[in-house]
Amino acid sequence: MTAVITTAAGIARGVRSGEYPAARVLEEYLARIAAHEDRIGAFLLVAQERARAAAEAIDARVAAGEDPGLLAGVPLAVKDALCLAGLPTTAGSKILQGWHPPYTATAVARLEEAGAVVVGKTNLDEFAMGSSNENSAYKVCRNPRGLDRVPGGSSGGSAAAVAAGFASVAIGSDTGGSIRQPASLCGVVGMKPTYGRVSRYGLIAFASSLDQIGPLAGTVEDAALVYQSMAGADPMDATSIPGDLPDVLSGVKEGREAGIAGMRVALVTELCEMEGTDPTVARVFEETVKKLEKSGAVLVEVSVPSLVHALSAYYLIAPAECSSNLARFDGVRFGLREAGDDVEAMNRATREAGFGPEVKRRIMLGTYALSSGYIDAYYGKAQRIRTLVIRDLEAAFTQADVLLSPTSPTVAFPLGARTDDPMSMYISDICTIPANLAGIPALSLPCGTDDAGLPVGLQVMAPVLSESLLFRVACAAETLIGALPPVLL
Amino acid sequence: MSAVASDPCVDYEAVIGLEVHAELKTKTKMFCGCRNEFGAKPNTNVCPVCLGLPGALPVTNRKAIELAVRFGAAVDAKIGRAVFHRKNYFYPDMPKDFQITQYDEPINAGGKVEILDAGALHTIHLTRAHLEEDTGKSQHQGVSGRIHDATSTLIDYNRAGVPLLEIVSEPDIRTPDQAKQYVNELRAVLGFLDISDVKMEEGSMRVDANVSVRPVGAEAFGVKVEVKNMNSVRSLVRALTYEIERQTVVYREGGRIVQETRHWEEEDGRTHSMRSKEEAADYRYFPEPDLVPITLDQAWIEAISAEVPGVFPSRRAVQLAEQYGFDLDRVASVVYTPGLCDWVEAEIAIGADPLRSLNWASQEVMAHLNETGGEVAGLALSKGVFADLSSLIDDGTLSKKLAREVLTEVLVSGKSPRTVVSEKGLAQISDESELERIVAEVIGANPETIEKIRAGNKKVVGFLVGQVMKATKGAANPEAVHRLIDSRL
Ligand SMILES: [Zn+2]
Repeated sequence: MTAVITTAAGIARGVRSGEYPAARVLEEYLARIAAHEDRIGAFLLVAQERARAAAEAIDARVAAGEDPGLLAGVPLAVKDALCLAGLPTTAGSKILQGWHPPYTATAVARLEEAGAVVVGKTNLDEFAMGSSNENSAYKVCRNPRGLDRVPGGSSGGSAAAVAAGFASVAIGSDTGGSIRQPASLCGVVGMKPTYGRVSRYGLIAFASSLDQIGPLAGTVEDAALVYQSMAGADPMDATSIPGDLPDVLSGVKEGREAGIAGMRVALVTELCEMEGTDPTVARVFEETVKKLEKSGAVLVEVSVPSLVHALSAYYLIAPAECSSNLARFDGVRFGLREAGDDVEAMNRATREAGFGPEVKRRIMLGTYALSSGYIDAYYGKAQRIRTLVIRDLEAAFTQADVLLSPTSPTVAFPLGARTDDPMSMYISDICTIPANLAGIPALSLPCGTDDAGLPVGLQVMAPVLSESLLFRVACAAETLIGALPPVLL
Repeated sequence: MSAVASDPCVDYEAVIGLEVHAELKTKTKMFCGCRNEFGAKPNTNVCPVCLGLPGALPVTNRKAIELAVRFGAAVDAKIGRAVFHRKNYFYPDMPKDFQITQYDEPINAGGKVEILDAGALHTIHLTRAHLEEDTGKSQHQGVSGRIHDATSTLIDYNRAGVPLLEIVSEPDIRTPDQAKQYVNELRAVLGFLDISDVKMEEGSMRVDANVSVRPVGAEAFGVKVEVKNMNSVRSLVRALTYEIERQTVVYREGGRIVQETRHWEEEDGRTHSMRSKEEAADYRYFPEPDLVPITLDQAWIEAISAEVPGVFPSRRAVQLAEQYGFDLDRVASVVYTPGLCDWVEAEIAIGADPLRSLNWASQEVMAHLNETGGEVAGLALSKGVFADLSSLIDDGTLSKKLAREVLTEVLVSGKSPRTVVSEKGLAQISDESELERIVAEVIGANPETIEKIRAGNKKVVGFLVGQVMKATKGAANPEAVHRLIDSRL
């Protein structure tokens, strides 16, 4: 069964005009899920009946002459770290098994208001901690472009769902690359907005000062549509940026029509000449940069020295915040409860049984980093590095409009290859972490494959609040690079 | 090392610092929209935010900041930013297993409170007054209602997230009576300025004490003991008296005081050591990443400060005592009752006799308030009650005694003094011809008394006056009676 149309932009156009019923679009996607999900493991939950009701409601609105919105009838997959009232939410952890949130995340609510149809909740690394989806407490998720390969993480299920055609678009959360890295490994577009652009209300927190919700999609335009529909100020999130949301769709149009000519694009020395970068990744990246240059992009090289320490800073700040954010999983009010003789014993037993090894590792790391006597040497120093990264990146943006690098130093690695070595796993995020530390928007788009057909991602980073510019450059690059060959399942 | 010598002949003095937690009188909680009210059905004023559900985020209550600033302005503190930290520890009453509080940057730093001490003003300095959120309340189900024999525990989260102002004094307090005056002073300020309900019985104001003793004249402090669980000013005084004595005895007998937390038990009138952990608690404070620091607008602070009457009850008492020659103790009983002093001063301003007004306020009005449990604001009285009573005395209509009766009736009925006088026929007999007739009758009926007076025993005139008063059922003007008797003899 082949989709009549595959892009969200195309689906929404067809549904809004009455040409394609949302119900029919949904059935095509549900049929693909039914046929192939067993081999992928992208979902922790497929909400068929809820989705069918939603699609029918969209069609009824179209029939009544209403406009259901920018994403009318677009099948959407939601990372299972986002709350959606009425469906269980697990964050990929046993400790939340069976928990039904009584409320819906702002981002999800806005997408549903824009007409998106939620098809299910996607697989992820437990509490979004991981770069391969192998820390999911529930099931393995495979890369649709190589079933023996990881999809990346932590939003691996969302990336796999889009790549496999189980959903037209998806949303994930990005704390250190958790949208961009799996997007790169699965060959789709993944975008992390400026910190504060998308409300975090209803996103189960990993590291509050780094987490940001963003879209995964087949095209830059689709990512922009999802972003445009869910971003903007939210009174429920004190860190959300106040004021009106600029229109980024015009940026997409500009990128497609005006191309990249005259744009100053910078290669970041510390990210492009990194040890451990797969030679194929380096080659594909170089070829891409040459294409951009040939089309009129002005190439500059910038050095951001503090990036050498970014990974270390990240692995202190993120665990520190997570150690506090995850304290509430204590067996008292929701989720798992293991028996104990007193409250403290019950807390211990619950957390011992409910959390997986990576989550425990990070809670311990973070607890240590915040401990009296160590906080300044660890958490404090990490925050100072963060300040340097912000400053250095600001300086870099005076020399260039956008910064380029590979998204991930490698293509998708085999399942199980790095599970015994946390450090090698952490290094997967080395190119993506700086954008989280600095709070700037960044996007990964496919720019080629290795000989085995495994995708390589191009990362574009833009200054704070420059989403429009980011989408413009990404769309121009996408037009020049062309699409990857289709996924064959 | 203890600074305290174990000499039985040495006199000891106490060094006391108080931590007062006052629940702020806001409509909603500190970080969510739930109602802030006492006595609601358990777990009815809760939402994802104050229950600490995964994904929920705090948003700061503007009114809570305003009330904190109002207090800061009243006590002349240095008013800073609203910056919050997380205080991390596991506690089932605390939904997130961390408390959002202020750490190294309190909203109010320093400040002072003046109290009445031995007939003079005495200054107690404040360390800080900061904002934080309250916890829920555990109800242990079992025979004693205590945790050690509880069969289960129910938790009511209605109080979780209620805004608190923690007011920390410097160790400037030396006696239980000063502590009492300090709490009364704070209670009055917080109540007058509508910052808090300040009901210790309902827990909207809670007091913990840090107590140590040292030889009189010593500079160094003794070892500090924290005393908790005092639920009235009376129990605070009892607990401090007990604890000071306990520590003094320990030192006199050559013992050592250990730094610990002790629990005051109302029933046995002692403080008891709470089993405390070997290691000191490490709260791992770090900046709350879900909230952004709020810099307060200087004009806003000034507008709030302008509304704060810059007078403490203690200072007001001293000023009034000087201005009108009032007795300090009597005026003190008036200034601590909300609205009472304003009322007295307003009446004096429109012609009421100052001393009589003070006496009426401190006796009849206070008695009425105590009896009815009401407040001055709740009395439905027309303006000029004291002024009217004063003029009714001045024109001879009422005796001082009758004026008191009239006032009591006015307080109960809400009628004006003149209405009460005419309805009850309480006007005193000033009609000289009527009085002359009665005086003549009394003189005629008591020839022996008249003899004594003529023989020089002036004391027995009082007997004749009493007889006249009796005949008129107290309605005669005693001065007129005296004058008439004198003229006849
Ligand atoms: Zn609430």
